[in-house]
Amino acid sequence: MLQRLITSREALLLGAIAVLLALIATRFPGYVAPSNLADVFNDTSPLILLAIGQMIVILTKCIDLSVAANLALTGMVVSMINVALPGLPVAVILVVAVTLGAVMGMFNGILVWKLDIPPIVVTLGTMTIFRGIIFLISDGKWVNSHEMSPSFKAFPRAEFLGLPMLSWTAILAVILFTVVMSRTTLGRAAYAVGGNPHAATYTGIDVGRTQFWAFTISGALAGLTGYLWVSRYAVAYVDIAGGFELDVVAACVIGGISIAGGIGSVGGALLGALFLGVIKNALPVINVSPFWQLAISGGAIIIAVAVNARASQTKGRIILKSAEHAT
Amino acid sequence: MTETTRFIPDRLQSPLQKRLKSWESLLLLVAISIFVANSFASPYFLNAWNLSDATFNFTEKAMIAFAMALLIISGEIDLSVASIIALASTAMGAAVQMGVGTPVLILVGLGTGVLCGAFNGVLVTRLGLPSIVVTIGTMSLFRGISYIVLGDQAFRGYPADFAFFGQGYVFWVITFELVLFAVIAVIYGVILHMTNFGRTVYAIGNNPTGALFSGIRVARVKFVLFLLTGLMSGVAAICLTSRLGSTRPSIATGWELEVVTMVVLGGVNILGGSGSIPGVVIAAFVMGMVTFGLGLLNVPGIVMSIVIGALLIGVIALPRLWKMWQAR
Repeated sequence: MLQRLITSREALLLGAIAVLLALIATRFPGYVAPSNLADVFNDTSPLILLAIGQMIVILTKCIDLSVAANLALTGMVVSMINVALPGLPVAVILVVAVTLGAVMGMFNGILVWKLDIPPIVVTLGTMTIFRGIIFLISDGKWVNSHEMSPSFKAFPRAEFLGLPMLSWTAILAVILFTVVMSRTTLGRAAYAVGGNPHAATYTGIDVGRTQFWAFTISGALAGLTGYLWVSRYAVAYVDIAGGFELDVVAACVIGGISIAGGIGSVGGALLGALFLGVIKNALPVINVSPFWQLAISGGAIIIAVAVNARASQTKGRIILKSAEHAT
Repeated sequence: MTETTRFIPDRLQSPLQKRLKSWESLLLLVAISIFVANSFASPYFLNAWNLSDATFNFTEKAMIAFAMALLIISGEIDLSVASIIALASTAMGAAVQMGVGTPVLILVGLGTGVLCGAFNGVLVTRLGLPSIVVTIGTMSLFRGISYIVLGDQAFRGYPADFAFFGQGYVFWVITFELVLFAVIAVIYGVILHMTNFGRTVYAIGNNPTGALFSGIRVARVKFVLFLLTGLMSGVAAICLTSRLGSTRPSIATGWELEVVTMVVLGGVNILGGSGSIPGVVIAAFVMGMVTFGLGLLNVPGIVMSIVIGALLIGVIALPRLWKMWQAR
């Protein structure tokens, strides 16, 4: 049991994050101060939320590249609603954001489920379509801080027990989806579908429907993050979170979620996101140009996927040596 | 779902060929109607020089798309192509600062492309990693290196004779790039449809294990395909850099999606195993015409991307909807 715990991916990753923090702390002790770590967590919260949704999608052998565009579109829509109706309570805005995000997720899901189009094609398409729609509805204009109502901007910053609501949303999502993935039929179905679609079909699980719900969850979380993002940064425009979908996939891959489906956990997604978050926040602190960030996250993805592949290699008798390279 | 619906022909038989042909003729029909619609929509469309300019919309992307088509048919994908362009262009820019001439620049550009392709290929075939994750990683890595080298700066000062590759005309309105595009199309068409190598690409895409047991060096073929994709990205980098006359790290951002769209639009099965080069050629024209026509009508680039995205989903969804409707 203990051995399993030590060799698990989550423990390895936790160790890696600890080593990383320790290395930074030797030069800049202020970085590991609790208040700064809380800030790092808060900055990483959007990534955590999206990584959880992405994890569920990847579990079912799909991929969702439209999350960042979904986030940006929802963010723009709720900002425009806020400009038009400043009196609308935040609770309504939250419901609108989650619903809108979920609808976009469902659109992906329907295309994958009913029309059997490969997920990567669907979400590549919807990614550009969603971004384009933002331009159409906003006319390329920005929604700026002074146009948003104070309550709209206040929600992610509001503190509860010393942590902002943005962090709490991420924490709640982690807890909620840990339960969903381990204790509900939908969660177990996602693992079954990813592990072996044929077997899942024979046990009465509708593969397409499970994938549909995975996309819906991913979309809903992206919508929620969309509102949190625009209200936190107090600005909405066409290109917000551009390229963020790659960070999200990177977080999942680093978190040990197998791109082939069926393997992964909410904890892994959380740690993968935190790993990237710690690096991103540390770069300016240790005086490395932000231009290094892209190459570092790229390198991290490659190393992580190589390490994961080594770890998951089954030790069986190899009949034909290069057979494993073929697949 | 991917397994159950995967269309697995063991060889290209006549019904399949018919199907492919009908896909390509459908695409050709789309291309012609776009052409006609465009010439009605804008008086500036039917002008030899404008049309010649319009070819720049697709020639560079299509060069990569041919190699990408082979890669996708073999069941892999390379999302790092646009980043390879950025890195190759940066390498050429750095070489210019050292004062090298055009022939060396070409070697640097092609060499960088091949090296990047080899890096992807080694990770996928030696370590057995999934290509989509590897190339998402190298996509950040390659462009990241460009950002480290350049930051917010740009490389300029390319030699005058280097401009020929992206700006030169071979004959009247026929650009050098268009000629290169045609030559590369023919080369890839021959490789895929007329050689042993091409047959093995289909075989691997349909059944990698079966291909391995029938004596095909699967890993080696895939490695070569990654090399080719890197090489073509290098070629595209030379043309694009020469056309723009400068290098910024954000060069060719988002091209990987347009290249994949072009390949899928051309009738290549994203799951591997089928597709053809003529299809990709027509798809390149379709995308080039759509972008150019909308551009003449002053439609902003981001709205064009809606059309491209809808085109990508639409061309795959429509035949499936049609089949579902017929099955009733």
